[in-house]
Amino acid sequence: MATTTLEPQADTYRRSWVLDWLTTVDHKKIGILYIVNSFIFFFAAGILALVIRSELMVPGLQFVDIETYNQAFTMHGTIMIFLFVVPVLTGFGNYIVPLQLGAPDMAFPRINALSFWLLPLGGGLIFSGYLFGGAAAEGWTAYAPLTSERFAPGVGTDLWIIGLTLVGTASILGAVNFIATIFKMRAPGMTLFRMPIFVWTVLVTATLILLATPVLAAGLIALFIDRNYGGSFFDPSVGGNPVLWQHIFWFFGHPEVYIVVLPAMGVVSEIIPVFSRKPLFGYKAFVFATIAIGLLSFTVWAHHMFTTGQVLLPFFAFMTTLIAVPTGVKMFNWLATMWRAKITLATPMLFALGFVSMFLIGGISGVMLAQPPIDFHLQDTYFVVAHLHYVFFGGSVFGVFAAAYYWFPKMTGRMLNEPLGKVHFWLHFIGFNLTFFPMHQLGLSGMPRRIADYSPDAGWTILNLMSTVGAFMIAISVLPFLVNVIASLINGQPAGDDPWEANTLEWATSSPPPPYNFDRLPPIHSERPLFFLTHGHGHAPAAGREHDVIEEPEDDPERRGGLA
Amino acid sequence: MSARAAAVDSHDVHVTARESAMPTALLGMLLFIASEVMFFGGLFATYFNARASAAGEWGPPAGAHGLDIVLAGVLTVVLVTSSFTMQFGVWAIRRGDIGKLRLWTALTLILGVAFVLGQLYDYSVLGFGIADGVFGTTFYTLTGFHGAHVFGGTVGLTILLARAMRGQFSARNHVAVEAISIYWHFVDVVWIAVFSTIYLLR
Repeated sequence: MATTTLEPQADTYRRSWVLDWLTTVDHKKIGILYIVNSFIFFFAAGILALVIRSELMVPGLQFVDIETYNQAFTMHGTIMIFLFVVPVLTGFGNYIVPLQLGAPDMAFPRINALSFWLLPLGGGLIFSGYLFGGAAAEGWTAYAPLTSERFAPGVGTDLWIIGLTLVGTASILGAVNFIATIFKMRAPGMTLFRMPIFVWTVLVTATLILLATPVLAAGLIALFIDRNYGGSFFDPSVGGNPVLWQHIFWFFGHPEVYIVVLPAMGVVSEIIPVFSRKPLFGYKAFVFATIAIGLLSFTVWAHHMFTTGQVLLPFFAFMTTLIAVPTGVKMFNWLATMWRAKITLATPMLFALGFVSMFLIGGISGVMLAQPPIDFHLQDTYFVVAHLHYVFFGGSVFGVFAAAYYWFPKMTGRMLNEPLGKVHFWLHFIGFNLTFFPMHQLGLSGMPRRIADYSPDAGWTILNLMSTVGAFMIAISVLPFLVNVIASLINGQPAGDDPWEANTLEWATSSPPPPYNFDRLPPIHSERPLFFLTHGHGHAPAAGREHDVIEEPEDDPERRGGLA
Repeated sequence: MSARAAAVDSHDVHVTARESAMPTALLGMLLFIASEVMFFGGLFATYFNARASAAGEWGPPAGAHGLDIVLAGVLTVVLVTSSFTMQFGVWAIRRGDIGKLRLWTALTLILGVAFVLGQLYDYSVLGFGIADGVFGTTFYTLTGFHGAHVFGGTVGLTILLARAMRGQFSARNHVAVEAISIYWHFVDVVWIAVFSTIYLLR
């Protein structure tokens, strides 16, 4: 037989599906790993939220003891913030930013993989406290002296410290990567002021991570030394200062709020113009407002510490109120974009509108809390819990779901089901408000946060019951989302390159994009290169999509990043 | 590929980095150092906070030997000198002189190791520990984390030296040398701040 065999055969180089994902340095696959990993932690921390809400449903201790309850709210807060909201937005950034810049990948692909893999490791360590005598139980803020050997003798707190340090390291490396990518990897023509707003918000966020997270790392290390090597940073009996922990934590912690919210603002600013069929109103104002928020976020930390009596109240009250101004600018950007627009209420737009309205409430209660006389009354009450959930959940998490519905077709090549998406949104929106709006009233009537039980005479029972019903409604609302994602991956309607007729470069390549993203890039003369490619500049005849017929790529699963 | 992407003039997308003065790896190192500045900023904050709220005299616990400012001064000279030797190495490779790069890198490495050993010796004779009051805690944390960074730098220098011995650098291609040198200067500057704060601002 005169046949020739190629040696080695081509498929010798094929790696298994699992190994491929474990060793990938492709920003798109890493982005998807970030998102999937974050949602796993989201469901874990969500179950903890249901534990908290079940316990608080009626007076008395029904389900868990106080120690378990303390662990539940500590883990809920820590995991939701550090292992869900921040990394899931980082994941979207990972996937989308190089595409929006017209770049083939991130600047440091292997560091990118390292930053991701530190997350499951760090999160696993934080959770592993449950296996070794109990997880950390002093709240996500871990105030001294609750973290001292005396009050937290178990290893849960040490695991919490180590895990958070790893997660922080991951964020810092990721931030270096994002900034280097944005400054070094932009396509020809993509000047800074032609970058999509999402890229701008990621840039400012990365800068905040770069400068704030190391301070937390220093504090965590000091705490570890106190607990394990007899140090006395936070122990007043030998010259330490417990309030120092609060300063360090909030010097990181307040920029962290904007780390969590700014990329979500970016997502919303991508979605609202597309579904309003208008450019974003005031692009530059939005960019400068984002930068202003980033700068101001380093000057407001002590508004968390008014009641310590050790901070300059007028300064921090003033700066905190001031930061509402650039945030207000953004509200006007979004409203003016939608003003007299042809709005399509698709699911991504619904979640974006949910963000705008809920974040507005969170912002207003934030300005209220920035006033010392009000804060002295409301410190450590459920009003604060309501406020932070309107910011983190009503803001960031709505932004996360908006991003998920908006970019899912790009990431998988499949559309999500619209009716199911709308069911998800309305259950989510109503459940969210039912859970957290009553907490304002609970806080005003004096219910402290982080308590496992309350008196039946306190008058808090009905509101707590409402809140618990809402929490279960949120949990149920995630089911249509999961069903939608799975059904769409199996048998979704093909999305095409650009299902939303959007403006930015990620829609100029196939869905999902091939390795290294682009064969050809359209010319970039504005922040909306795709719009001008389709519709022209107003003078030249439009280069219509229909005129240039080029066959669609075959449906090759290899090119879809293996998701399908 | 869609109609739009193919329709218009073709920019070559195989551009990986912008043509500008700073290589991407160097920018990455500078950004990393920015985060390190904030990290040490946090540690310095703990030191100043403890010092500001200290009751009585600030310093090592009574009965201990006290700080050895002479040894610390010698170590300062060693580390500052190593910054110069590092920079001579950078200038050498910019001229394409890899022999001189090897020489200066080796010298820098020796000085770096000498600093770490000197600091460990200092620790062994100080007579107080990290658990002896807030001065001990902040002293060992600040100097210890600085020392760990010097150690990290010596690891980097070792890799650099090994690569230089294999002839992997040239006048055009030596971004790793530049990056490690920036890190090494940074560690030097941090030590000057640590030395001034702990030993001079008593």
